Amino acid sequence: MNIVVCIKQVPDTNDVRIDPKTNTLIREGVKSIINPFDENAVEAALRLRDAGGGKVTVITMGPPQAADALKTAIAMGADEAVLISDRAFAGADTWATSYTLSQAIKKIGAYDLVLFGKQAIDGDTAQVGPGVAEFLDIPQITFAISIESEGGKIRVKRQLEDTSEIVEAALPAAVTVIKQINEPRLPSLKGQMRAKKMVIPSWSAKDIAADENNTGLNGSPTKVVRIFTPPPRGKSELLEGEPETIAKTLFDKLKEQKVI
Amino acid sequence: MPEGIRVIAEKCKGCRLCVPSCPYGAIEMHGKLAVINDKCVLCGACVGPCKFNAIEITVAKKEGPKKDLSGFKGIWVFAEQHQGKVQGVALELIAEARKLAADLKEEVAAVLLGDADIKKASQELIHCGADKVYVCADPKLKSYTTEPYCDTIVELIKAYKPEIVLMGATTTGRDLASRIAARIRVGLTADCTGLDIDPEKKILRQTRPAFGGNIMATIISPDFRPQMATVRPKVFKKLQPDASRKGRIIEFPAKISEKSLRVKLLEIIQSTEKKVNLAEAEIIVSGGRGLGCAENFKLVKDLADVIGGAVGASRATVDAGWISQFHQVGQTGKTVSPKLYIACGISGAIQHLAGMSSSDIIVAVNKDQFAPIFNVATYGIVGDLFEVLPAMTKTFKELLS
Repeated sequence: MNIVVCIKQVPDTNDVRIDPKTNTLIREGVKSIINPFDENAVEAALRLRDAGGGKVTVITMGPPQAADALKTAIAMGADEAVLISDRAFAGADTWATSYTLSQAIKKIGAYDLVLFGKQAIDGDTAQVGPGVAEFLDIPQITFAISIESEGGKIRVKRQLEDTSEIVEAALPAAVTVIKQINEPRLPSLKGQMRAKKMVIPSWSAKDIAADENNTGLNGSPTKVVRIFTPPPRGKSELLEGEPETIAKTLFDKLKEQKVI
Repeated sequence: MPEGIRVIAEKCKGCRLCVPSCPYGAIEMHGKLAVINDKCVLCGACVGPCKFNAIEITVAKKEGPKKDLSGFKGIWVFAEQHQGKVQGVALELIAEARKLAADLKEEVAAVLLGDADIKKASQELIHCGADKVYVCADPKLKSYTTEPYCDTIVELIKAYKPEIVLMGATTTGRDLASRIAARIRVGLTADCTGLDIDPEKKILRQTRPAFGGNIMATIISPDFRPQMATVRPKVFKKLQPDASRKGRIIEFPAKISEKSLRVKLLEIIQSTEKKVNLAEAEIIVSGGRGLGCAENFKLVKDLADVIGGAVGASRATVDAGWISQFHQVGQTGKTVSPKLYIACGISGAIQHLAGMSSSDIIVAVNKDQFAPIFNVATYGIVGDLFEVLPAMTKTFKELLS
């Protein structure tokens, strides 16, 4: 089975701390990582390949430094990688990103499965997987907690709010995965050597025959008009005293505000 | 400075407005000039906030002929239903749509898909504020699958041209809205926590948390219709049902191509544990590492039982195997905004705060007075949770009975 995994490089929020005085993000020294859910997608792809043969190709759209995320996936064991990078892609929203990735996947050609993490931890939209599926005109299965492949079909368990469901689809298909699907492996030493040596091809808008009306800022229906730090929550009140006194005070306050 | 973006030095006034707008920390001030460093990923988030138009994405911006958008009217809410029951978030969105509709002087319509039995749910939607209900009844629409729902709603949109389409930011809403927006080439904003109408331009302003809730972004889709958004459950309050409200029911045939049946739903599995639909809960009591071991989650459950709350958990406790992942609140778990969130022994890592800081009232119990959870707490209790929780459970039980 030939699998394409779409990944994104994101800032490591584990590194992010809040400045208690200004209540804003401390961004200094925040390193870039592969989106954690995408690591699960890479792991899922590697397991399917190891069980049934085929090839895993990882792709990402981003600036040149996003190649580092691809190298992480190669070090984990992916076979090939492609960076999709062009200034024409700058400022893309999820619509334009989905279009661009789908053009690259069309160029890759023979694929059976396209995998994604359920969402990226910087944007948290969960919109790109379904978008790519639509542009490729293949079925989408989101929020997967398991994927089994058999005879040209996949059987996927989806984890929803308070239920789960089993669905089946013929390949090719697109699947987005949640964290609980697996435990991503660490890059092996051999993999790291391979990643270090690998020259990752970079495809431009022209290479993937992308229509510039559909890429980057030009192709994006949405526009960000304002970015701001959330207003601080109302004043915090410290409740003090013996546990029973605190409990009584809290009860009165919650009762007064009709929350209990 | 990376290729693809530039600061126009003559226009930059050194006001620093752009610096906090960058989610990647890629803008530095060199004296009175903003300089973009190579952390920039060309996301474009700084372009709008600059009041002097000094930052530009250096890709030729093509202005196509303006499309006529005047024919698009009305605000639609997708009436998500599970087994025939309309989900709370749909009713919340109808209430919010009423406010937007008043600003636009337009109508609110609910879009209800299901099998033949689903028509029964129309009245509830009207009683809760819908002026119209579009009902698409077909055996193939009984349970949600992406493409049959997408096909039908796309046809409905083409036929009736709504100005705004809202859906809950649930697994279903996100799955469906993304596919529709890609197909009809419109903008879609995910997981909004605020909606309002620009008084001059009469367009929908969609505000959402990004970067784990540490930054808020307001987003518009000025040139495309309908304007689409998914909205976080529990952010808005549903209206009290009014049985005297009247509305129109418009039946619309499902239009599903054969190809769209390529994903087969084989089985729906109800959770074997007591239902933990945290996203819909009004009250959540959550436990963190401070509990010390799995057994002590009983303290959290006891309090939750007394006040009718659901049980939440921090990632640390889930990773330690103290409680199942379905209870996890936070960036890699569930995002919740209940009326009341009680955090017990949770320090408040940024990923946890991202999942719960939009709760109405937050109570934090922690022995470390410097724990970040106290920054978002409405009521902070610095103390030993092994004393405070049992006291709360006992006192609340007495006072509630």
